[in-house]
Amino acid sequence: MPAHSFILNGQPVSVESPADLPLLWVLRDMLGVTGPKYGCGVGVCGACTSHLDGESFRPCLHSVGEVAGHEVRTIEGLADATGLHPVQQAWIAEDVAQCGFCQPGQIMAAVALLRKNPQPSDADIDAAMSDNVCRCGTYVRIRSAIHRAALLLRSGASLPER
Amino acid sequence: MADALPTDAAPPGGLDRRRFLTWLVASPTLMVAARWGLDLPSAQAAEPSAPEETSLNLYVAVRTDGRVVTTLPRTEMGQGITTAVAMLVAEELDTGLDSVDVCTADADPRWLIQLTGLSSTMRYLAGPLRAAAAEARARLVTAAAHRWRLLALTLTTAQGEVHAPDGRTLGYGELAEDAARVLLPEVSPLPKSPGEYTVVGQPTGRVDARDIVTGAARYTLDLDIPGAMPTVVARPPTLRGTVQSFNASTARAMPGVVGVVQLPSGVAVAARTFAQAFAARDALQITWAPGPASHLSDAHIRARLRDAIGPRPLPPLLTTRVVEGRFDFPYLAHAPMETQSCVARVTGDTAEVWSGVQDPKFARSQVAAALGWALTPQRVTVHPIRAGGGFGRRFFTEAAVEAALVSRSLGQPVKLMWSRNDEMRQGHYRPASHHRILASLGPGGSVLGWHHRAAIPTVEFPHGFGDLLTAMAGQVLPDVTSAVFFALTQHVPYQFGWVAQELAEVPLPIPTASFRSVFTSQVGVANEIFVDQLARELQRDPVELRRSRLKSRRLKAVLDRVVLEGAWGRALPPGVAQGVAVLEEWDSAIAHLVEVDVTGGTPRVLRVVIAADVGLPINPKGIEAQLQGAALDAMSTTLSAGLHIDAGAVREGSFADYRWLRMKHAPASIQVHLVRSDDRVGGVGELGYPSAAAALANALARATGTMPTRFPILDEGA
Ligand code: FES
Ligand code: FES
Repeated sequence: MPAHSFILNGQPVSVESPADLPLLWVLRDMLGVTGPKYGCGVGVCGACTSHLDGESFRPCLHSVGEVAGHEVRTIEGLADATGLHPVQQAWIAEDVAQCGFCQPGQIMAAVALLRKNPQPSDADIDAAMSDNVCRCGTYVRIRSAIHRAALLLRSGASLPER
Repeated sequence: MADALPTDAAPPGGLDRRRFLTWLVASPTLMVAARWGLDLPSAQAAEPSAPEETSLNLYVAVRTDGRVVTTLPRTEMGQGITTAVAMLVAEELDTGLDSVDVCTADADPRWLIQLTGLSSTMRYLAGPLRAAAAEARARLVTAAAHRWRLLALTLTTAQGEVHAPDGRTLGYGELAEDAARVLLPEVSPLPKSPGEYTVVGQPTGRVDARDIVTGAARYTLDLDIPGAMPTVVARPPTLRGTVQSFNASTARAMPGVVGVVQLPSGVAVAARTFAQAFAARDALQITWAPGPASHLSDAHIRARLRDAIGPRPLPPLLTTRVVEGRFDFPYLAHAPMETQSCVARVTGDTAEVWSGVQDPKFARSQVAAALGWALTPQRVTVHPIRAGGGFGRRFFTEAAVEAALVSRSLGQPVKLMWSRNDEMRQGHYRPASHHRILASLGPGGSVLGWHHRAAIPTVEFPHGFGDLLTAMAGQVLPDVTSAVFFALTQHVPYQFGWVAQELAEVPLPIPTASFRSVFTSQVGVANEIFVDQLARELQRDPVELRRSRLKSRRLKAVLDRVVLEGAWGRALPPGVAQGVAVLEEWDSAIAHLVEVDVTGGTPRVLRVVIAADVGLPINPKGIEAQLQGAALDAMSTTLSAGLHIDAGAVREGSFADYRWLRMKHAPASIQVHLVRSDDRVGGVGELGYPSAAAALANALARATGTMPTRFPILDEGA
């Protein structure tokens, strides 16, 4: 079986698997990285949202072969030695999570949004976040947390690498 | 956020003022138990009698490292109970919130009630938990007094330490062993009065927030149970269809496949990864027999429900005019974000299952029965796991039964997951319904009668509802039927003369389950929409009509609050309107004011203002979250999310066509104001749904001039 190498949360990894295996299951079943969740498997819920080379993407829709040689980041790789990412801090400050199942995906989507648009309006947030379902209905708090994170990022906390 | 109402609004003492029997448990370190005598009148509960070993009790234990451990016979599904429980314990013990560990109990028949539902958790656990924690504190203080040879009454506690007047301190951990041997507390073992609270009532973030935002929170399928094989099930296209025959030769030969097992519900495939299991599932060749509902589609169902309404009753004497309203609600899927899932490890004579179940005792008996161990259910251990949303769906435990059967058949542990399609198309549903409301009007704008007849398919209630309702109603209700539950929960809060509400139960072979607020999600919603219709008929303002007819002070208070905070009646541009609605249920009262804009074609909710009286608000931040979430549920199901049944099959298969609201539909704000009429602990989980849905419908009626009567309003596929 071919080996596929990529960077996962800053570390090189290599997995032997069929090239067309969806990355979500490579992460969860082979690498034990369970932050990205299964919510639909077909790209419509956002529960698995992670980053590919810094852009938001859905590991349920992409195969392990496609990410070979690229950089994958999941929720587990968002905080670093210096502490939680400002978006994670904002999520805690706004007490966003209810059941929490959608939140790894929401947070990764929000980080990607803020990297492109450090000062998003409500309309920008609506546009960027509307493909991430939260069945518990935490949208109002997600919106506040994104604004809070934007403020945190502007007020000195420089945007981390990722 | 919370304000006090004048004290004359306080009803006579509720649960929280009862005394709960507490006692010391023989243990090397301090452990206090509280009798979970929820239904006992206070005199009985206070009577010191030897605790029997027949039922389990709540425990608060203090370890030598100072950590406090409490066992919770409930499942965390996002409703924030872990945080609220930790707050109560930290409050009474005077210790830090982060020193309290809340553990979920395994299924055990000795827990009188282990079911998470009916907004009951905090209402029932708050009293005994406080009692146990306060007793533990009293024993710690007494132990310190003995050690220092000081009068216990002179000592104080704070941040997990006992303080002496001379400045000496002892940590709870250092006292945990001595305190276990204190025979009689020398300071009051009674819980604090709410006026003394410093933790309870403070808006507090969830204790598990960090785990959630770092991806460390573990749900069922994130558990690392060695050797557990990913498993999925091929399921019939129609509801409860069955396997006629199947050929698995291609599937078995596919990469990673570990085994194929026929189940009553379909054909399971276990493989090394879920991707391989899905691929092999798709390669199975199965001939299905249609399920029992395959003769039913939406039109038949609607006709069956309408037919069950029957002829009009005679209106009360002096009636001059009868106004009629008819309402239709659809089947709804609970669609929790985490699909049904279970890890199971079955050996020759024991089984262990891990799953986010709302009723672990029921799961245990179901798994035992499926394995042929109905008479020895103690062979099955059920570990309830944090769930990614429940909403009533997780009272049913098909995934646990399936996982156990597959594990036994393959001789190895499995982790079984339902796909999103499975979740949508083979679930248990909030049933559809049809309603007729007749309001009898008399001379001079009087309302002489209110007759509501609801035709609703039979709801399957989980067994544990009987125990829970028995505890709530104070009468034994071993079997909860739709009729019993309807009678217990459906009330009209207005003086409308002769009021009658009837359930016409329609047996249909479509699986059902309770859904957030159960019958009130239909009956209560229809009532509040029709109150607005009545106001139009009588040419009165909807708020003014409600105020004049409401019987409950608490309802009037929350209504007044949203009228004030939401600026009811303020000038709005054409196409923008407000609506209000109220609800009193599970010892709580709530009012919603919704502003909606219909100028863009599709309605857009601009803002929601909520006032809620939940008695003592343990964690205002958690309450606000629950009410915001319920408002989103109500908006989703009122506007766009509903199921269609085509020849016994559910049409919707994912969030792509089951149109739960998204960020772009969420209002700019959902404000929550807490009104506090007394210190009882009221229910929160279900409270926020019905009046949110009705207030939205009422706002739409006022914006468009047409009262919505069929839901969801934006039904594209009808
Ligand atoms: S699981 Fe990937 S988008 Fe739903
Ligand atoms: S927090 Fe439960 S789905 Fe978003």
